[in-house]
Amino acid sequence: MNKSIHLTIDGKPVEAKHGQTIMQAADAAGIYIPRLCSHPDLRPIGSCRVCTVIVDGRPQAACVKPAMDGMVIENDTPELLQHRRNIIDMMFVEGNHFCMFCEKSGNCELQAMAYRFGITAPQYPFQFPEKAVDASHPDIMLDHNRCIMCARCVRASQELDGKNVFQAIGRGFHRKIGVDGEKALADTDMAVGDRSADVCPVGCIIKKRIGFRTAIGRRLYDRQPIGSDIEANATP
Amino acid sequence: MSKSKSVVTEICNRYGNTRVRLMDIVRDVQQELGHVPREAFDLIAKGAHTHRVEVESVISFYAFLSERKKGDVVIRLCDDIIDRYQGGEAVAEALTRALGIGFNETTSDGRVTLEKTPSIGMSDQAPAMMVNDVMVTRLTPELIPGLVAKLRQTNDPQSLVESYGDGNNAHALIRSMVCNNIRESGAVILADYKRERGLRKALTETPADVIADVKASGLRGRGGAGFLTGLKWELTRESPGAEKFVLCNADEGEPGTFKDRVLLTERADLMIEGMTIAGYATGAETGIIYLRGEYAYLRPYLEDVLNRRRAGKLLGNGILGNAEFHFDVRIQMGAGAYICGEETSLISSCEGTRGDPSDRTPFPVAKGYLVSPTAVNNVETYCCAARIMDQGAGWFAAIGTQRSTGTKLLSVCGDCARPGIYEVPFGTTLREVLRRAGAENTAAVQVGGPSGQMVGPAQFDQGISYEELATGGSMMVFSNDRDILEIVEAFMEFFVKESCGYCVPCRVGNVLLKSRIERIRQGDGAPADLAYLKKLGESVKRMSRCGLGQTSPNPILTSLKNFQPVYNALVREDKTGLQKSFHIMRAVEEASVIAGRRSEVFHA
Repeated sequence: MNKSIHLTIDGKPVEAKHGQTIMQAADAAGIYIPRLCSHPDLRPIGSCRVCTVIVDGRPQAACVKPAMDGMVIENDTPELLQHRRNIIDMMFVEGNHFCMFCEKSGNCELQAMAYRFGITAPQYPFQFPEKAVDASHPDIMLDHNRCIMCARCVRASQELDGKNVFQAIGRGFHRKIGVDGEKALADTDMAVGDRSADVCPVGCIIKKRIGFRTAIGRRLYDRQPIGSDIEANATP
Repeated sequence: MSKSKSVVTEICNRYGNTRVRLMDIVRDVQQELGHVPREAFDLIAKGAHTHRVEVESVISFYAFLSERKKGDVVIRLCDDIIDRYQGGEAVAEALTRALGIGFNETTSDGRVTLEKTPSIGMSDQAPAMMVNDVMVTRLTPELIPGLVAKLRQTNDPQSLVESYGDGNNAHALIRSMVCNNIRESGAVILADYKRERGLRKALTETPADVIADVKASGLRGRGGAGFLTGLKWELTRESPGAEKFVLCNADEGEPGTFKDRVLLTERADLMIEGMTIAGYATGAETGIIYLRGEYAYLRPYLEDVLNRRRAGKLLGNGILGNAEFHFDVRIQMGAGAYICGEETSLISSCEGTRGDPSDRTPFPVAKGYLVSPTAVNNVETYCCAARIMDQGAGWFAAIGTQRSTGTKLLSVCGDCARPGIYEVPFGTTLREVLRRAGAENTAAVQVGGPSGQMVGPAQFDQGISYEELATGGSMMVFSNDRDILEIVEAFMEFFVKESCGYCVPCRVGNVLLKSRIERIRQGDGAPADLAYLKKLGESVKRMSRCGLGQTSPNPILTSLKNFQPVYNALVREDKTGLQKSFHIMRAVEEASVIAGRRSEVFHA
């Protein structure tokens, strides 16, 4: 059991530990596999599919698939990059994402991913769905226009906060994040110090009264592309 | 509210106040109150030891559950393309006229709600509708006024059934007008057989030998995916776990299929015999039949069969005198969700949550129902397994082709003279199936339902098998009079409605695919749209998380491949260089309304 696992990613040999997912093994080796729903502190669920890699010929989400000895993995191929780009485009057109006046701009993982993929405008027609804004909570705002259904908040509330503030409701294109209260977020036991308030990759969960404290242009992904922290682990 | 309060509390108690039975709890509340009111969410959450939002999550997922008050009677007209082509649209119009309401509306006296629903498993007697749990088939617009008047008079859906169908459809616990339409019986499933002989033989062998027999027979899953049944049982047996489970997938939701309906009606004992053999082979003591909500009319009968088997020592403790072997079965009702036919969704639903699928690693054979090793098989697969134990692996393997052994039940429907059930050996050509069903001037056959493939005459000489034309049973026949793209659009509409929305490519991609088909049908398509469909469809197939998204672009991709001229005739390069899909008048319409005047430029 303690024998280490050897696999290759785009031909590069990678060593993994038992119990690691493909993504964890790749991260440690300095190979960045793009991802949106995955978060290091949360149980992976494979919902955004951006981290899809080809494992021995079959598509698999790298965030959930355990690394196994002898796996031959493709990550950085023109075919996969195109599929991933298509998925990112889909997220932009299924919601209402207006980066120019979003507080999350510069810290937004979806926006940063678009920059990394060189997306200037989505190739699909905007759907312009009608979505609600829930500003009922004294300290937190929920803007469903920007939600990408990654369910990080659902998991963080359950796994890190010991609560159950969020859960998916509805299905298909009408699926959305519901809250554990009569009407709105204010009716739940959500507190601004909860980890679920911190993990949103986009501008859906926003804390009130601290907007624009860091000027746009000086934010995380204004300084470096998403994934570059992981790529810094790479051995030459 | 005080009445509903006591009702909810009683129902929660009925299911032991456990989270795992949340599906049953909300189904019963719906049944008692006609809906699951928001005011009851907290009470249900408390009674089932969960959170309010989890209750809402479940109710909002299933089509047959609703927080809105509905009529005492809910009419659900099947809106499948097969039903539409057999006159369903005229029936829909007759219903709205007779009731004086539109779809998704309730009569002002609160008695009747009118809805549409995808395939209800009656494609061989379409158009059909569900009136609460009662199936009313072979509808015509002329019949509707009489049916509605009767319903108004009696308030009892059962009063709409004037004569019973053949076989067990007339059984005192079914009393349905549904007909079996068994056109051809084969050697395995619909042949006469000696009851319990397979089970008795199995119990004389070791579980390992039973598995070896099923493996040797070459039996593969009849739901369509074709995984080797013996191997699945072996993996379930060998996976570590204190408890194991055997699940029967009776969530026959693929449009156009209805063969499990017939098996549940006429071969329920054989199916449960097969499940019991699977329990013995895998070491499971609990089985669950996941019955689709549409087949609720069969539930009292199936419960009776289970009770009879318990009384006859065929279920329960010490089966057939074998002191070591205990096995019992419960029925889990679905509530209108196609996705629950996917095995991991089915497991989620059995566990009382929304039917979101899960990632397969771990596979259910290792971690399935309640994180325990679980074998999920189709109704037909269990029937085959019981017959294999009776007649021997060699007998079974000699039927069919080398890689697809045995027979297959086909549900043939659409444009043919003899729609119904055909049990044929694997390898039978599609042309032969069409001939027997009396299909003439056939332009296309949808093999395996919307998630399968649309084939044309060039493929008619291929055989029905896992290696050529794979199908879970659905065979939809379309004649030359039908519009291929209308069919494709109807299938995409189905997938858009049935996608669970968990992963991005399926949730969004299907909406985009469908709207591009609409554009082409409207005559606004350009040649570039065909490349767009191919690329987008490929992304949805490759990147989606479960079988639904991995197959939902098939109607488009297979029709593009086999019926390219149909598309070519509709898309033309515009000589002016303008984009045909862009209509300036439509684009400025909303702005004109806001401005309160018409555009001076574009209305000039």
